[in-house]
Amino acid sequence: MSGASPVSRWRGPARLVAKRTGLALVTLVLVSAVIFTISGLLPGDAAQEVLGQGATPEQFAALRHEMGLDRPAVVRYFEWLRGIAIGDPGQSLVANKPVADIISERLPNTLILAGLTTLFSVPIAFLVGIASAVTRGQATDRALNIMTLAMVALPEFLVATIAVLVFSVKLLWLPSITIVPQDPTLGEFLRAYAMPVMVLGVGVIAQLGRMIRAAIIAELDRPYVEMARLKGVSPRRLIFRHVLPNAVGPIVNSMALSLSYLFGGAIIVETIFSYPGLASLMVNAVTSRDMPLLQACAMVFCATYLLLVLIADTVAILANPRLRQG
Amino acid sequence: MEAQHVDVRNLCVTVRRPDGSDLRIVDEVSFTIARGEVLALIGESGSGKTTIALALMGYARSGAVISGDITVGDATLGGNGKASLAAQRGHRITYVAQSAAAAFNPSRRVIEQVIEPALIHGTATAAEARAHAVALFEALALPDPATIGSRYPHELSGGQLQRLMAAMALITRPDLVIFDEPTTALDVTTQVEVLQAFRKVVREQGATGVYVSHDLAVVAQMADQILVLNRGTVRERNAVRAVLETPADDYTKTLLAAARPVIKAAAPITAVGKPLLSIEGINAGYGPVDRNGRAAHPVLTDVSLQIGRGAAVGVIGESGSGKSTVARVVAGLLAPTAGTVSLDGQPLAASLKGRTREELRRIQIVFQNADVALNPAHSVGEILGRVLRFYHGTSGAALNSRVAELLDLIKLPAAIADRRCDELSGGQKQRVNLARALAAQPDVILCDEVTSALDTVVREAILELLAELRRDLGVAYLFISHDIATVKALCDEIVVLYKGTRVESGLRDTYAAPPFHPYTDLLISSVPELRTDWLSGVGSQGKVPFAHLPESADLCRFLPRCPVAIAGRCDVSLPPLRTMAAGNAVLCHRTEAELAGEFA
Amino acid sequence: MSVAGIIRGARRLPLSGKIGLALVIFWIIVAVIGPFIAPYPPGSFANEEVFAGSSRQFWLGSDFLGRDVLSRLLSGARFTVGLSVVAVAIAASIGTGFALTAAVGPRWVDELLSRAMDTLISIPSKIFALVLVAAFGSSLVLLTLIIAITYVPGNFRIARSLAVGLARLDYVEVARARGEGRLHLALVEVLPNMIKPLFADIGLRFVFIVLLLSGLSFLGLGLQPPDADLGSLVRENTSGLAEGALAIIAPAVAIASLTVGVNLLIDAATQGKAH
Ligand SMILES: Nc1ncnc2c1ncn2[C@@H]1O[C@H](COP(=O)(O)OP(=O)(O)OP(=O)(O)O)[C@@H](O)[C@H]1O
Ligand code: SF4
Ligand SMILES: [Mg+2]
Repeated sequence: MSGASPVSRWRGPARLVAKRTGLALVTLVLVSAVIFTISGLLPGDAAQEVLGQGATPEQFAALRHEMGLDRPAVVRYFEWLRGIAIGDPGQSLVANKPVADIISERLPNTLILAGLTTLFSVPIAFLVGIASAVTRGQATDRALNIMTLAMVALPEFLVATIAVLVFSVKLLWLPSITIVPQDPTLGEFLRAYAMPVMVLGVGVIAQLGRMIRAAIIAELDRPYVEMARLKGVSPRRLIFRHVLPNAVGPIVNSMALSLSYLFGGAIIVETIFSYPGLASLMVNAVTSRDMPLLQACAMVFCATYLLLVLIADTVAILANPRLRQG
Repeated sequence: MEAQHVDVRNLCVTVRRPDGSDLRIVDEVSFTIARGEVLALIGESGSGKTTIALALMGYARSGAVISGDITVGDATLGGNGKASLAAQRGHRITYVAQSAAAAFNPSRRVIEQVIEPALIHGTATAAEARAHAVALFEALALPDPATIGSRYPHELSGGQLQRLMAAMALITRPDLVIFDEPTTALDVTTQVEVLQAFRKVVREQGATGVYVSHDLAVVAQMADQILVLNRGTVRERNAVRAVLETPADDYTKTLLAAARPVIKAAAPITAVGKPLLSIEGINAGYGPVDRNGRAAHPVLTDVSLQIGRGAAVGVIGESGSGKSTVARVVAGLLAPTAGTVSLDGQPLAASLKGRTREELRRIQIVFQNADVALNPAHSVGEILGRVLRFYHGTSGAALNSRVAELLDLIKLPAAIADRRCDELSGGQKQRVNLARALAAQPDVILCDEVTSALDTVVREAILELLAELRRDLGVAYLFISHDIATVKALCDEIVVLYKGTRVESGLRDTYAAPPFHPYTDLLISSVPELRTDWLSGVGSQGKVPFAHLPESADLCRFLPRCPVAIAGRCDVSLPPLRTMAAGNAVLCHRTEAELAGEFA
Repeated sequence: MSVAGIIRGARRLPLSGKIGLALVIFWIIVAVIGPFIAPYPPGSFANEEVFAGSSRQFWLGSDFLGRDVLSRLLSGARFTVGLSVVAVAIAASIGTGFALTAAVGPRWVDELLSRAMDTLISIPSKIFALVLVAAFGSSLVLLTLIIAITYVPGNFRIARSLAVGLARLDYVEVARARGEGRLHLALVEVLPNMIKPLFADIGLRFVFIVLLLSGLSFLGLGLQPPDADLGSLVRENTSGLAEGALAIIAPAVAIASLTVGVNLLIDAATQGKAH
């Protein structure tokens, strides 16, 4: 309560966050079991796959032994899980390199693209969401609503195609594939990233903007908002001092979802712009049936998702006095 | 005489219906209030009270349009800048909302919210405002006035929040304070304290007041003048005493009659033989049950009661006292952790699964809120038909005629069978809700707050119906309510619950005069009466010797609130159950003589 | 709801909703009769010229092999719409079925189902679909199932929160106290009140499914030749991008008009209900 010492005041939320972290870890392990089961156990024998139909039973048995396929599934799973945990998810079947190397080559690219897109779209999404919410039901809101509604439903390759046609083919402003030169100047860097960031941004702005609007409107309907108006609170103060602090929970949650989309969901954009990120790496792994690589990519995406959600939960807990007091 | 402080002429508030036509929810309302006077707006729900009150601040809920002339001091509805009502909001005209629990921002400390109007309108510096707030907290009899403001709303009780909201309304030293049903959401025992605090500060402040309420007795304590509203129009305007003693308008007379419930039932049916339904030593609660058989959130402790055939037993207590839990245990919806429920002497299984269909049929339950008690996906006919088919196997033409009979029994036209429940009015829904229970032809109906959500006039009609059904069909009731007047009107026997313990039980007549349990006494004395001097006469609770003690399961639950607790007894051991000469049983350390003497 | 009621509801939709409705009806009709009205068989090399523009003979021009784009679009739309409808129906039946079981069943069933679905929902749907495709391949039937399974957890989450909320309401308690069985509670008391809000969720999920299916096909991981959905058509013709060929724009716009149409319709329909 009010008299609590500074240390004990944080014990409640710390316990709550620790609990959420534990839960996220458990979920991650369950997720790994699902991924391993689907991609490692169900599709049949990987040795068969490598050797094809013509192999002799001896060759087959030897390879199975070499690949460790003759051991029980549970043992293989835990070995794999241990590998993932210590950062060594095995050897790529196709590239003949450690999976860890391939991923660490690509990871920075994905982080840069995701980071730039976040910087670009989150402020716009807030603008759209707030503008829409405060003009609820009026012309601005309706126009923004239709716009974001359409943007959410557009396939990325259409947005990308139109962007390429307009900016590369017609206007010749931007390159149609994303190649960042060595030691780029800021201009070169931004030019290279402009197109993928724009295309990814369309979806994020629309999705996040809509969710921010919904979160604010849910608060605007609560009685304390009417009370604040009756106290003579100005519209600006109402949104920033009264409403937004209460909408933090749902808003950071939507942000976590949108950002996780920037990781795994960039598949199409990375492919179209030939951008060497993690998502297109995973598509390659699917095409070449490179299971160790595929599993590792999937785990990276799931872990990112869970981490983002955990961060969002933590922020929501700290923002809410009721939860903060555990 | 000085010019009127508030002058309202031809006020109309219009909203647009879904079909596009206009609806006047306030129609040509005119009134004045002299400076320093308190005017009460009274009427049933939907009469436009809140809408008028908000219009005084130049405020309309979304979609509503205000027209007419309103003048408050030197500000007018159509005025520009400082001279408009809107500019006075939160400054010279302030508002106390119905539910303070919802009207405080949950993520900000209370003190910040209380002083916010002063800061926005620049009437004081932050330090001055804080000091003023603490003085107001003190005047409003809030505990720990210096530090209570640093709490968050969820750390405070409803009664405290309501008083904090009054402090917020007074922080700018306004000329006009609007109270919108400020005590409706509170328990009756809390209401008294809040009303007393309000009256004191409003008088000290000398502000003009508007007091919105549906409760005539409350209004009688707080106001000088009364404006009676019905469907957006003024029915009567007069001084409080005149309205109470010589009402001029028919509608006012109906309201007054409904506010003084008369006893419905005939003489109590003498219980013959063994009771129909008996509950013995029930313990129950929610959440997982531990090894010692205690629920994680225990609610009921050792509750017993009996209902004779055709009898009506009332259960009364404040919110959270476990009234509904009793009904849920009897119905089998919640398995008790100890104790038994027996029907005609036969013990019933603890949970639904173990009960036969016949046993289930004989006990029916009716819930408070008919809006959620009737499935909106089904028609009235389907809802009643399902019960008939389920218990009696009725079908075809017999089913239809039985449905018509039931509707006739609850005085609704047969044509209503084809309607969906969301097309019915509140009173109609509650009748259908009852009919569904009657369709089973039960021996006992558990009525959980069945009249609480209804307006006084509709409530009267439903009580009338319940009494009639009991007389004609011989059905018994377990009637649960938080309102002692309603319980007295219907029941022959009353059980008082406090925090899950039965502190008193007895025939209705034993509740007419002491000796009572100290809690019963508080409950009865807290019900506002229809006279203007009632609030002044209520002894303030003042000295409660053990207010600092936490509530304990090993002592009298009422100890932290009991004004007559005995040191060395009440804070040491559980109280015994004593039977009074009048036949009522009381769970208290005080003897009959003491209980009678203390409060005589 | 009666036919007259639906028509009355449609009349009351705002303009955006009417446009959405028109687009949805258009695509339903195309999916049903498209292949019958196609001017050429979808596989025939009807035009000498590749990436031809619009002409009287070839309304939407020709593709990278000189096939008629309109004909291929008409047959591709059937795959896109048909497969997505089947997948969303499967996803919603499983998700809602589980949700009802969780709502009226014993506590442990709810906990088990919720735990399992929470796990699956933390695998982003595109990633989940990719893993499944890598493991099982993408024949027509498998692809449908994969996409359906991918969207079960999302539907479950929404449906469960609806169902659990409804199952706590007094009218369900009353039915329970009456002695009704779980099946009655789920199907008669709870389900009918879920339909309206679920309808919006199913519509949104349909949009996601169309986008996922088209995306997979665009990546070459979805429908395999000779079958081609709208996403496959975009993929086939990527070489025409630099010249802005109709062959790549038409199928992409077709997908967009379907998804945007559904979205507009749902938005308008649910807003109307709020009042
Ligand atoms: N903005 C609005 N749009 C549509 N109808 C409204 C609006 N505001 C109020 N009403 C309706 O007008 C009527 C009067 O409302 P009001 O809240 O003023 O009554 P009240 O007497 O205070 O009711 P209660 O005691 O239930 O609070 C009600 O039928 C209400 O539903
Ligand atoms: S037992 Fe003591 S504390 Fe409890 S009600 Fe009686 S006198 Fe008060
Ligand atoms: Mg009101």
